[in-house]
Formats: sequence, structure tokens, C-alpha cells
Amino acid sequence: MAKVTIDGVEIEVPDGTTILNAARQIGGASVPPAMCYYSSLKGSGGKCRVCLVKVAQGSAKDPRPMPKLVASCSTNVMDGMVVQNLTSPEVLEARKGVVEFLLINHPLDCPVCDQAGECDLQNLAYEHGAAKTRYEEDRRTFEKIDIGDKIKLHMTRCILCYRCTMVADQLTEKRVHGVMNRGDASEISTYISKAVDNDFSGNMIDVCPVGALTDKTFRFKSRVWFTKPLDAHRNCTKCSGKVVLWMKDDEVLRVSARKDQYGEVKEFICNECRYDHKTLADWTVEGPRHIDRSSVIAQNHYEKIDLSTLKKEIDRQIEFQKGKPVPAPKTLAQ
Amino acid sequence: MIEFSKEAMELAQRIIKRYPEGKHKSALLPILHLAQSEFGGWLSPETMDYVAGILNIKPIEVYEVASFYSMYNLKPVGKCLLEVCRTGPCLLRGADDVVSYIGNKLNIKPGETSADGMFTLKTVECLGACGYAPMLQCGADFYENLTEEKLDLLIEKLGAQPERSTYLKSFGVNV
Amino acid sequence: MGRQLLLEHIAEPGIETFAVYRKKGGYASVEKALKTMTPDQVTEEVKISGLRGRGGAGFPAGMKWSFLDRKSEKPRYLVCNADESEPGTFKDRYLMEKIPHLLIEGMITGSYALGAKTSYIYIRGEYMYIVGILEKAIDEAYANGFLGKNILGTDYSLDLYVHPGAGAYICGEETALLESLEGKRGNPRLKPPFPAVSGLYASPTVVNNVETIAAVVPIINNGGAEYAKIGIGKSTGTKLISASGHIKKPGVYEIELGVPVEEFIYSDQYCGGMLTNRPLKAVVAGGSSVPILPADLILKTAKGEKRLMTYESLSDGGFVSGSMLGSGGFIVMDDTTCIVRNLWSFARFYHHESCGQCSPCREGTGWMEKVLHRIEHGHGHMGDIDLLVDVAKKIEGNTICPLGDAAAWPVASAIRHFREEFEYHVKYPEKIKNPKHFAIEPFLSEKKLELVN
Repeated sequence: MAKVTIDGVEIEVPDGTTILNAARQIGGASVPPAMCYYSSLKGSGGKCRVCLVKVAQGSAKDPRPMPKLVASCSTNVMDGMVVQNLTSPEVLEARKGVVEFLLINHPLDCPVCDQAGECDLQNLAYEHGAAKTRYEEDRRTFEKIDIGDKIKLHMTRCILCYRCTMVADQLTEKRVHGVMNRGDASEISTYISKAVDNDFSGNMIDVCPVGALTDKTFRFKSRVWFTKPLDAHRNCTKCSGKVVLWMKDDEVLRVSARKDQYGEVKEFICNECRYDHKTLADWTVEGPRHIDRSSVIAQNHYEKIDLSTLKKEIDRQIEFQKGKPVPAPKTLAQ
Repeated sequence: MIEFSKEAMELAQRIIKRYPEGKHKSALLPILHLAQSEFGGWLSPETMDYVAGILNIKPIEVYEVASFYSMYNLKPVGKCLLEVCRTGPCLLRGADDVVSYIGNKLNIKPGETSADGMFTLKTVECLGACGYAPMLQCGADFYENLTEEKLDLLIEKLGAQPERSTYLKSFGVNV
Repeated sequence: MGRQLLLEHIAEPGIETFAVYRKKGGYASVEKALKTMTPDQVTEEVKISGLRGRGGAGFPAGMKWSFLDRKSEKPRYLVCNADESEPGTFKDRYLMEKIPHLLIEGMITGSYALGAKTSYIYIRGEYMYIVGILEKAIDEAYANGFLGKNILGTDYSLDLYVHPGAGAYICGEETALLESLEGKRGNPRLKPPFPAVSGLYASPTVVNNVETIAAVVPIINNGGAEYAKIGIGKSTGTKLISASGHIKKPGVYEIELGVPVEEFIYSDQYCGGMLTNRPLKAVVAGGSSVPILPADLILKTAKGEKRLMTYESLSDGGFVSGSMLGSGGFIVMDDTTCIVRNLWSFARFYHHESCGQCSPCREGTGWMEKVLHRIEHGHGHMGDIDLLVDVAKKIEGNTICPLGDAAAWPVASAIRHFREEFEYHVKYPEKIKNPKHFAIEPFLSEKKLELVN
């Protein structure tokens, strides 16, 4: 076991735990954001650099600070390590820089993007980005293409997290898409026009942190915050059958896997569940889906809010901010 | 259906044996070099699928690798690929002039192939000949300390006898 | 000229052949090591020699060897990094082309020290003609019993192979090199684990530069202590310097570490002075990645001491007034050089060579190139200069591998030392229309202009 302190909160975690996962055990504001790391995909992480944190003390044995900021998703904790996330101005500055890098070639077409409202990049930009752009060059563009009859690829929106290629590698037999070219010309592609077609390919949509891969059966049907998510399940021979139904009135507009508060799917679902059962009668409904991410979907929430829990969280954050120059999340400041 | 020549296939098998059992994917880069010289100086999807078959890997793994490295041509090129280095040290010694001189002489811009399909002009980044700048590479050969006179002679020579990089040659196999 | 440990026999006709190389005392280090020394003793000699990695980082080679996980059951590998592609550097190419057996001898001795049974030379694909030279030399070494089973009748067996890359600067980074050697895209790995623990095929691996491995030969022949006598302080031994740019005699020189920079530029033994006797403007001393220094700071440190060709002296003053020895790519510029144009060319290089895996480098290198392109072509504005500094700062230290730093340092240093020249480009777009603007009328700072007038 290793004792680690993150933004002043101490926690004991098993050896081999990453800083990010230790922070997730603490929860709340000290959890670094992650755009490429995905706990259920082997080899993910380290690429986007938004989870950079400062290690102010390496370990109890060797208390020297680490010379550079480290990717919290791929750096293991050491006993006695002291980590700064929001409490380090250096981290906030670097993160702002990374967000800017991710945005300079992003089309910012949120008004017409299906991911808007549940987009990790949108949330990240809201929380850590700058108000103005300093980029005046031409943006990188790609043609949007169909990869298979169910998935649309908008390469222009992609942030190259590599998650979808890992899904294809780890969940399916035959990967037919990958990362082509290099540098800022890198793109997700099948190279020669090929359909991504297998039972689990739809999970690429769920792991995509932005609107680069979208569900063609849902495209332009509704903004996500106008839909009501329901937990539901059915007996499925290929997968767990546990899904979220995104409803508009009685109509099932979309079926997706269940994501946790960090946007991660723990139980991947098959394409049959995703695409072929868009009638409520096919499902056993468990109840409203709890959405507790800082997403606009939560703004349209119909789930009962436990006011005492909310108050506790507000109090905790106020305490946390006392004497610390951390800006209050905008939702609380209003 | 394409196929390696007997010599190339023998060499491919020899190269694969250089890597430990089960690590044959290591041979991908050398075998792509072989394939490129065997099949017209570039890698068509058909060529890449063929290489994937030889190494028993997924075609996508070959596409990913081939598109990463700048020496693999994913589009057809002329019989002579003139690659002019233009990075820092070559720039100091007149790389821009070499590019424009060749361009004017052959009436092509960087990235283009001459009308007769003989020459493709390409600008590349540092080739490790900084002390002998300006320079260009054609096939496996380096042509250094270039002047306009040297370029005239070179283009004449290459036009008569095109030079293409062949990995086979490195093994003393004449093709 | 100082002592020549690597290039001593370079002018000998036929030195590229086994017969001549052997006649000149070649392969003595293999005989000495295999017959009279244990692997650990060989490593110890390298440690004593103080040899530092010649690829650019300057990390002590003996220490790197000692990190190798010797407890692992897995096979161990020595991989030679011959992916030389740092702009301004061409020493490894020279060494491999002229005296290939020196590298092969170093590989055998080094592999013995590390207990490697199979070793690879990863050479950049553009050096295809050298692949042929090395293949031939390796065949000769096999034929003469220096490679293969039971070398020189000992228990030690080694197979050595050449592996060509295919055009990617990033593969000079050791973990990207290993990925490439495994037949993958050259994306650097996250560290830890370091190659010494989990390298090629997840086995313990040491990756060393060509020159580092070649230096093992004189170290074993003469002893580490003898090697350490050459040089100054922690900069021991000799170093190959690739000299290019506006000098009379560009080429590869073997220097004893400690030669004054001024002597290196102006002495007839080395660069032979400025090409057309124009004044020296700036030097990039260790390959394109290291900070550029203006004439006054490259010849003397900020403290006024003579600047020497050593790791320590070149980095004296930190990044404020110093640079780095790096890979020894010594690029000299006279006063006709446009710093902005040169920097744009470097920025384009890093943009072209970024692997694209992590966001700061993928997006930042392209951004810097585009802004520099604008400034150089007369479309910049004053805000661009600080923007470049800030973008460079946001890349530096925040990437997976050092390519981000390598792209950021030249930008930061060029603006630090030549800011006025960037401002000039913004202020007088009509004066820089001709790409050779400073060749026509060398840049003079406004302060100096005032003095002249």
C-alpha cells in the first residue's frame, strides 16, 4: 500500500495505482481530467497530456520533486508522494496550454455536432480553456466519411486519443481501421474504403471523447439534453445487455452503453443491442439514469436531487477554496 | 496478383529469420523497402496487402506503418525520385536554389512528376549530409556539393540510366 | 590536431575491408575482452572512462550499461542507434561509411559486456548505401570468426544484424527506435519502464549511438583510465564534430574535448575560418535542437571565459546565455544568414517529424511553423513574437518524448538572442521580400544603425 497526498487530501491505495486512479478514489475537484486514458482499454493514456500534474514530493524515501509535470494517468504513486493538481498554478497553466492545442485545429462546430452536451472536449474547454483564440492560421480539415453503415467519422473533430483503435484491437477480431500518417496529418482511417463491421464496433462511438465518431442512427435526431436517459436491460447472448435508452417521449432515439462519472464504459455492449432494438417493448426499464457529470444533460435533469448531498458538496468545495486561489466552478458561483 | 521475384523472396525469408520466433513483424520495414523496389517504386494497397500476407499480419498494420515513414511512397513516382534536402545547413548553402533550378529545368514543382514520367522532384528534411551541402538523394546515392553544372550533368546521366534505391543491392544482389 | 582514437586509420586505403582493418590492429578489443576480461570488467572500464552518450543527451554510457536488468530471464539486447537525423549531424554516417568494422567491433565488445546474444544496428533508411557497406563488413566478420557461434573459440556467441528505418527523425529517440525495430509506427513509449528493464520485445535492452559504441574499442584497448585522461572534467575522451554552414572546410573532425570554440572555427586544422571571410553571426553548436548562440556568446561565456568544446562549457550560463554540446552538429552562420528563415526551416523540420502521438507536440510544432512562415514572408505582427515564445513554453517539458523540447528550444533561443531581427521582419515587410534579404544587405540592429549614422 502507498500513502499519497493529492491537493492536500491523503489516501492510501495499493501499490501500482496510478495518480489519476488514486485521485478518482478521492473524487471531487482534485480528479485530473482525461481525454485519452480509458481504464478498461489496455495501453490507453499518456497521449493527450490534459491530466498533467505536479509531483511536489517523489516519495517518502526520495522526497525530491519530479523535474517535469507528469501524466497522472500513466505515473504510479509512491509511498509518501505529494501531488498537486488544482493547487499548482503551473499545472493549470500547462493544462490551459494543452486545451488550446486540442482546440486550434478543432472545428468548434458544437452547434451542429451530435456530441455537444456530452462532449469531454467541450467540458474541458469550459473548465480549463481560454476565452479567446490566439490561432489565426487555417484549420486542418478532412472530408467526413462513413465507416460502415452505422458510424460516421468526422476526422476534423478527432483529438487522436487512439481509444477507438484500441476498442477494435481489444474487443474485435479484425481491426480494419487505425491511425494513418503522422504528426498533425495523422488521421483515423481504414486507408482504403472499408466498412468497420463486427459485433462490437459500435463501442467506438461510446469511447470517443468528442464528436469524431457518431451513431448514424441517432445523428441530428435530437440534442442530447432534450432526451431522457433510462437504465434498461434485455437478455442478450453476446453482451451484458445493460444499456442506457435515450428517450424522447416514448421513442427510443439512441441506445448506448452505461458510462460512469468519468465517462467510461465498464461493460461494452454489442451492435444488436445498440442498433436493432429501438422499441421500448424490447427492454426491461430499471429507472432514470443518474447523470452526475458536469454535463448540460444534468441541467435538464428530472431525477430527484438529494438536497442534503448537494449542500454537503457545496460546503466541501467552499472549504476547499478557502485560502486557495482556485476559481469556483461557474455553476456554483451564480 | 503480384509476387516477389525469386531473389527478393529468398531475401525476404532471410530477413524474417533475423528476428526471434514470433517477432516476425519486425521484418516489416525492410520488407516494405524490398516491395517498394520490386513493385515500381511505390506501395500500392495491393503491394501492402501482399506484404501483410507474407508476414501474416493484418493489412491495417501495414498501412499504418507505411503511412508513417516518409520513404514509402504511397503514390506512384517517376523513374527517378530527386529528393532535395532543404533543412537548416543545406538552406544556408543554397538548397532553395537547387530546388528552383531543377524545377525550372524540368518544368515541375516540388511534389510533381515530369511529363515524361522520368523525374519526380521532392523536398525532404535533413539527410545527414550537412557538411556537403547542398545535396540531393536519388535512389540510394547521395549527390553532394551541388552546383548548376553538376545538376545538369546529373540529370543528363540519370535521364539515360535511372537510379532507384534497391534494398536487394545492399545484399550484393544485382538487379 | 589532437589524438585520433576513432579516425586514426581513416585515410588508410582499404580500411573498410576486414583484412586492412585487422592489419591495423582491428578487433583487438574483442580478443582482449573475450579472452581476458569478464563482462562486468568491460562495463567497469567503460564506467571508468567517463564516456558519455554521443547521440546528444550525454548520459554516462557505463552507467546506462549498469542499469541493464541482468536478473531477468529474458534475452538481452544491444541496439545501435544509427538513425542519425539531427540536422547538422553527419558523423555516424562518416564513421560507418569509412570504417564500418570499428562499429562492428564495438558492437561485439559491447554485446559481450551486456550478455547480448543478438544485437541490431538500426540505421536510418536514407543511408541505404551504408546498409550495403555494413552488410558486407558483417559478412566478413562472420567469415573470420568474430561473429556467430563460439567467437574466437570462447563460449560467447553473437548474431549481429542491420535493420533499416524508413524516414522518421523520431526513431532516433530510443523507445521510438525500438517500436520501429518491432515493425511498428515510431511512436515513443511512455517511460517508465525504461529500455534497460523493458526494451526490445519487452526484454532488457541498451540503446547506444554509433559513436558511443565505437568509442568502446579504444577504451577497452587502452583502458578506461587512459581514455579519461583526454578531455576536461566530466567531458572525457574525443568527440566527432560535424561541422557545416558558412565555413571553409565543412566535414567531420575528431577533437579532444576541450578545444576552444574559437580555435575550432578559425584554425586550419578544423573548420578553417569563415567561408567568405564574412563576420561570424551565430552558431548552433550541437545539432538543430540546441539553443542558437550569437557570435559573442559562442566564443566567450557570459562570464567572459573562453568557451570550450565540452559538455560543461557549452552549457555554461544555462539556456539564458549557454547552449549544449548535443550530438556535435556544429552549424556556423555568417552575417548574411537570416535567423528567422533558418528558424522557420528548423520549425518546419520538427513539424514534419513530430509523430503526432501527444497533443502539445502534434499541434504546437505546426502552429510554430505557420507563425514563423508568416513572419518570414512579411505577414507577421508584433504579437506573433511573444506568441511563439509562449507556444514554445507550453510544449517544452509537457510532451511524451524530448522532441517537444527539441522543437521548443531553438524557437525560444532565437527570439531570446535575435528578437530585433524578428521585429525587423514585422516592421519592414517590403525589405524582406527577397528570400535572400540579408545576403543582399546584412541585418543591422536599429541601435547599431543609429551609431553608424
